Amino acid sequence: MSLKALHIVFVGASVVLMAFLCGWAYLAYRETQATDYLVWSLCSAASVVGLIAYGRFVLRKLRHISFL
Amino acid sequence: MEIPYTYKARPDTGLYNAKVGIWLFLASEIMLFGALFSAYILLRVTAPAGFWPDLALAWPRGLLNIPIGTFNTAVLITSSVTVVLAWASLKMNNFARFRVYMVMTVVCALAFLGIKSFEYNDKFSHYVVRLKDGKSLTGHIEVDGRHPRFWNFDDQWSVAKLTEKKIEKIKVEVDPPRDINGHVKKHEGHGSDAHPAQEVAVSDIESMGSYTPATHPFFAVYFLITALHGLHVLVGALVLAYFAFPGAKMWKSNPEQFINRIEVGGLFWHFVDLVWIFLFPVVYLL
Repeated sequence: MSLKALHIVFVGASVVLMAFLCGWAYLAYRETQATDYLVWSLCSAASVVGLIAYGRFVLRKLRHISFL
Repeated sequence: MEIPYTYKARPDTGLYNAKVGIWLFLASEIMLFGALFSAYILLRVTAPAGFWPDLALAWPRGLLNIPIGTFNTAVLITSSVTVVLAWASLKMNNFARFRVYMVMTVVCALAFLGIKSFEYNDKFSHYVVRLKDGKSLTGHIEVDGRHPRFWNFDDQWSVAKLTEKKIEKIKVEVDPPRDINGHVKKHEGHGSDAHPAQEVAVSDIESMGSYTPATHPFFAVYFLITALHGLHVLVGALVLAYFAFPGAKMWKSNPEQFINRIEVGGLFWHFVDLVWIFLFPVVYLL
């Protein structure tokens, strides 16, 4: 597995983590009504979108490099 | 005789030697961290219901600083992006850009370690003080006008040591009320009352301990995993810094092998970052 392939796996894992963080912060917001958690949840959601866009960019940019 | 496949891929496997080597090494690392994660999860799920320090054997909640942990996660994700950009720059024959991205990666690694040591320092000066009347206080302590520091083990205090040094009173900066995630509750912890200092007579203390491995299994396993991970970050940063400066001579003599070295270094770096991606939610959030 090349660095390109592992990087794609890493970006995928980061997307899952940020989605989890988004859900976690939202649940904490519902429980405590503290706006910090809501901001946190929205920032995490934005990170999910940003990381997916970045992953697509990497796949396009490094398309000539093998996954092996 | 020249060693084959040091930089050319072996035709039947499509891999060069170092790539096989690093994946075997990473397999052993996965087993090491896997065992530690298993230990953490088993200790966590078998702990009695309730929360430490109210219940001595229960698991603590909300003791770690989640915003700092989140920031450190962002730092490591950034470092993985820059290490890939460094490798891609070499593939595109742009050495100057490679060096810039590599230096950025090392700076991210050092930032991560700096932030982590700040967190460690906070834990080493944070105490749980159990009083003889059954109450317990948590907060940073001050002994003889000084806060304990994590690099000085003489600063770690117990009731026996306080008695031996003939210290009669200590100050405890009592933690403000927090929610279950460790977040300071609004209107209860801001301003001058955020850390009300309370003087406690040593004769009233039943036992005390800092947020260190001897105090609770959570701290033992937390420090073990995060310190081992920090050691990997440090070693990775040293290797990448070597590639950026003294080791970069190879770019002139054998560029193909140099690119392979950066790829192998990048694989190790991604592994270290992936460990954190699992570590952060398990230890900080759950």
